[in-house]
Amino acid sequence: MTTPLLAIKGITKAYPGVVANSDVSFDIGKGEIHALLGENGAGKSTLVKAIYGLVRPDSGTMRWRGEPFAPTAPHEARAAGVAMVFQHFSLFDALDVAENVALGMDNPPPLRKLAAQIRKVSNDYGLPLDPGQLVGDLSAGQRQRVEIVRCLLQDPHLLIMDEPTSVLTPQEVDTLFRTLRQLRAEGRSILYISHKLEEIRALCETATVLRLGKVVDRCDPRDRTARELAEMMVGTKLHQPERPPHSPGDIALEVRGLSLRSPSPFGTSLKEVSVAVHMGEILGIGGVAGNGQDELSAALSGELRAPPGAVSIRGETVGHMGPNARRAMGLLCAPEERLGHAAAPEMTLVENALLTGAWRQKLVNGGFVNWTKARGFAEAVIKRFDVRTPGAHVVARALSGGNLQKFVIGREIMQRPDVLVVNQPTWGVDASAAAAIRQALMDLAQGGAAVVVISQDLDELLEIADSFAALNAGRLTAKRPVRGLTLDQVGLMLGGAEEAGDAAA
Amino acid sequence: MLRLEKRAQPSNFWNWATPLLAVALTMVAGAILFAFLGKDPFAAIKMIFWDPLFNPQFAAYSRPQLLVKAAPLILIAVGLAIGFRAGIWNIGAEGQYIIGALCGAAVALAFFPSPGWYIFPLMVLAGAAGGWAWAMIPAILKTRFNTNEILVSLLLVYVAEKILAAMATGRMRNPDGAGFPGSRNIAQYPAASNPEIIAGSGMHWGVVAAFIAVIFTYILLHKHILGYQIRLAGQAPRAARFAGVAPARLVVMCLGFSGAMAGLAGLFEVAGPARMISIDFNVGYGFTAIIVAFLGRLHPVGIVLAGLLMALTYIGGELAQFMLGLPGAAIQVFQGMLLFFLLALDVLSNYRIRLSWPEAA
Repeated sequence: MTTPLLAIKGITKAYPGVVANSDVSFDIGKGEIHALLGENGAGKSTLVKAIYGLVRPDSGTMRWRGEPFAPTAPHEARAAGVAMVFQHFSLFDALDVAENVALGMDNPPPLRKLAAQIRKVSNDYGLPLDPGQLVGDLSAGQRQRVEIVRCLLQDPHLLIMDEPTSVLTPQEVDTLFRTLRQLRAEGRSILYISHKLEEIRALCETATVLRLGKVVDRCDPRDRTARELAEMMVGTKLHQPERPPHSPGDIALEVRGLSLRSPSPFGTSLKEVSVAVHMGEILGIGGVAGNGQDELSAALSGELRAPPGAVSIRGETVGHMGPNARRAMGLLCAPEERLGHAAAPEMTLVENALLTGAWRQKLVNGGFVNWTKARGFAEAVIKRFDVRTPGAHVVARALSGGNLQKFVIGREIMQRPDVLVVNQPTWGVDASAAAAIRQALMDLAQGGAAVVVISQDLDELLEIADSFAALNAGRLTAKRPVRGLTLDQVGLMLGGAEEAGDAAA
Repeated sequence: MLRLEKRAQPSNFWNWATPLLAVALTMVAGAILFAFLGKDPFAAIKMIFWDPLFNPQFAAYSRPQLLVKAAPLILIAVGLAIGFRAGIWNIGAEGQYIIGALCGAAVALAFFPSPGWYIFPLMVLAGAAGGWAWAMIPAILKTRFNTNEILVSLLLVYVAEKILAAMATGRMRNPDGAGFPGSRNIAQYPAASNPEIIAGSGMHWGVVAAFIAVIFTYILLHKHILGYQIRLAGQAPRAARFAGVAPARLVVMCLGFSGAMAGLAGLFEVAGPARMISIDFNVGYGFTAIIVAFLGRLHPVGIVLAGLLMALTYIGGELAQFMLGLPGAAIQVFQGMLLFFLLALDVLSNYRIRLSWPEAA
C-alpha cells in the first residue's frame, strides 16, 4: 500500500464548552477527491483550519507523505503544498485580478509576469480570466475562479475547497467540476467540503462523515444515495418533506411592474418585477446572492415602499403600506438575516414573539403590552415548532441557527398568514431543522396560503416549490412550473437568458 | 493572559453589580488623587459621601440639598435614557435646560407682577415647550438631512449659553436691578415661584415632576409597545424597521421628550433654587445627567439611585472644596471617573474574563 498524501491521526481540538474535533483520523490519497461531510457544527471547519495551519490541535498527529506535519501558520502549510479556497472570498473589489492574486501569494512575481501566468493557468484549467479586470465587476463565479487560480499558481498537492458551489449556477458548477477532475487526473488531491450531496456523489470517490466532532462513517459516496448520506450526517432517519397533490386557487399575491431603487449603494435595484402567486402555491425564487433578493423581500414585507399598485394582496393594493398594515392584510414575512433583522439578538424569545406578532396576535391592548399573552404565544411557537431552548426567557442569540430559524418561521406561520414570504429559510440550518421548516412551509401552502420562498439553494426550491422564477440583476424571469423543469433550464433562467413572455403559468 | 469570552446571555448580576463596583473603584482612585493633592484621602472621601448626610454640623443644610440637586439630574436623565435606549444620543440637554428656563422665566417676567393662579402652570408648559423646541433642531436636521444629533445637540448648548448671556444682560435684565446682569428674582414673585413644598425637606415641584417622570418612563419602557419599539430600535435597528417602527418618528419623539424634560428641569430650577436668570445659571446638570443615566443603567429606578448619588457628590464636593480646600476641578474629575469606570466595567455583563495561556492560533 502506498503512503497517503496526508494522514490524519487522532486529531482532537476543544474550545471552551465544545469539543470541535474528537479523535479524528482519515487519509487523503494522492489524486483523490475526498469529501468531508457533516452538518453545521460537526467540526469540518476546525479540521480544515488545522490542516491549513490556522488552528493548532490539542492532540493528534498529521503526516504529509509520511513526514510529520504540524503547520503553525498558513504559509507553512502553503510551503508544503496545501492550498485553500475559502467559502467567503477574500478579494478586494477595487483591485484588478492580478493585484488580488499577488496579494494572496507569499512571494509574488512582478505583476506583468504574473498576469501572463494567470492567463495561462486559467486557460489551461478551463477557467478563463482577464488579469486586468477589476474584481468588483466580476460575478460570484468569476471571483471564485480568481481564488482557485491563486491557489493553482502555487502548484498545490492538496486543494481544500470549502462549500465551493454555494454561489454558483448549475453551469458554473459543471465548469468547476471539469477543472477539479482535470486536477485529479494530474495527481493532485482535493479535500471537498459541501452539504450538497448530489454533487459529492458526482465528484468524490471517498467520503468521511463527521458528526459532533467525531468521524462516524466512511464510504464511497458513489455507492450511496443522497438520502443515505444525509442520514449518516444527521444520525437519524430523515423525514422527507411531502405534500399531497393539489390545485392552485385564486391569486393571493400580485406584484406588477415593481421597480425600486435599492437604498444601499451596494444593493441591486429591482426592475419591472411582475409575478402572481395563487393560494396554495409555493413560488420558488432562485438566484445567486446579491441579485435583488433582499430588496424584493423588503419590498414585499413593507420595509421598502412602492407605488400602491405594485403589490396587491387578494386584489387590494398594498404597495404603499408599511409592514404592520400589510401584516393586518395577511402578508407576513421572514427575512434572511435571523439575528438583527428577523429577531433582535439581545431580546428574549418573548420579546421577539412580540416583534411581528404584536397586532395580529392581539398581544397589545390600547398600546399596552400583554406580556402574559406574549409569553403564551412564544411558548406556543416553541412547542409546535420544536424549538430547542431552555425556555422563552432566553435571548435570541443564545439559540443555535436552526432553532432560531424554526422560531422565526414558526412565529409567522402561527399567525396564519394568507401570504408568507421567506428569504433563505434554511440557510445555515442543520438538515433535520431544514426538513422540518420545509415541511411546515408545504403544510402552510396545503392549508391554502400562498408561499414565496426566496433561496439560493436550488435543490430546496425544486423540492418544495410548485413554480420557479429567477432573479438576475434585479429582474425576475417569468415563473414556470417546477414539474418538468430541467437543471439546464434553471441555469439559463438564473443567468437571465429566459425570454420574459415564455410560459407564464 | 487575560482573555474575554462572550457570555451566552448578558449577566443580570453584573448588570447591577457594575455600578456599585464602579462607585467603589471611583472612591479608591479618587482617594489616590486626593492624596496626591496633599489631602487626607479618608477625610476627603468621608467629607464627600458621609458628612453631607450624617455630620450634625452640615446635615441640616445638606440634606435638603440632596433632593434639590437630585431632582433636575433625575428629571433630565430619565428623558435622556429613553433616547439612549433607542440609540438616539441627545448630548445637549444642558442647552435644552437653559432654553426651558428662559422660556419659563419669560412667562413669569411678562406677567410680573400680576397674581394669577395660572401663571406657574403656564410657566411649566413654556419650560417644557422651550426644551422641546430646542431639541427639535437636531431632530429635524437629523431626519431631514441626516446630520449627527450628537454634534448638533452638543453645539447648540453653546448657542443656548450665548442666548442666556444676552438675555441676562439684555431683555430679561431686572429693570430695578441697578444695571447688574440678571433678571428679577422669580422665587420672590409668589405667582411664579417654585417654593419648597415641605419646609426643610428640599422638596419642590421639580422633585414631584421628577417622581412622575420616573413612573411614567418606567411604564412606558416596560409596559407600553412604544417603549418596546424604543428598545428594539436601539438594539436592532433593522429588526425595528421590520417590526414597522418608523425611525424618523422615533428620533423626533425621543429628542422631543428628553428636550421637554430638560426644559422642565430648567424651569423648576430658575423659579426655585436658582431664583433668577443669570449669566451663570447653568451648572452642568445637563451633562452630569448623562452620567446619571448610564450609572442608573438607563432604568428609571436605577436613575433615581444614581441621581441621588451624583447629587451627593455635588454637595459633598462643595463641602470638601470649602472645608479641605480641594480644587473644584478635582471634584469634576471625580465625577468623570465614575462614568469612566462604569463604561469600562460594563464589559463584564457581556463577557467573562478567563485566564489562559497564549495559543498560536
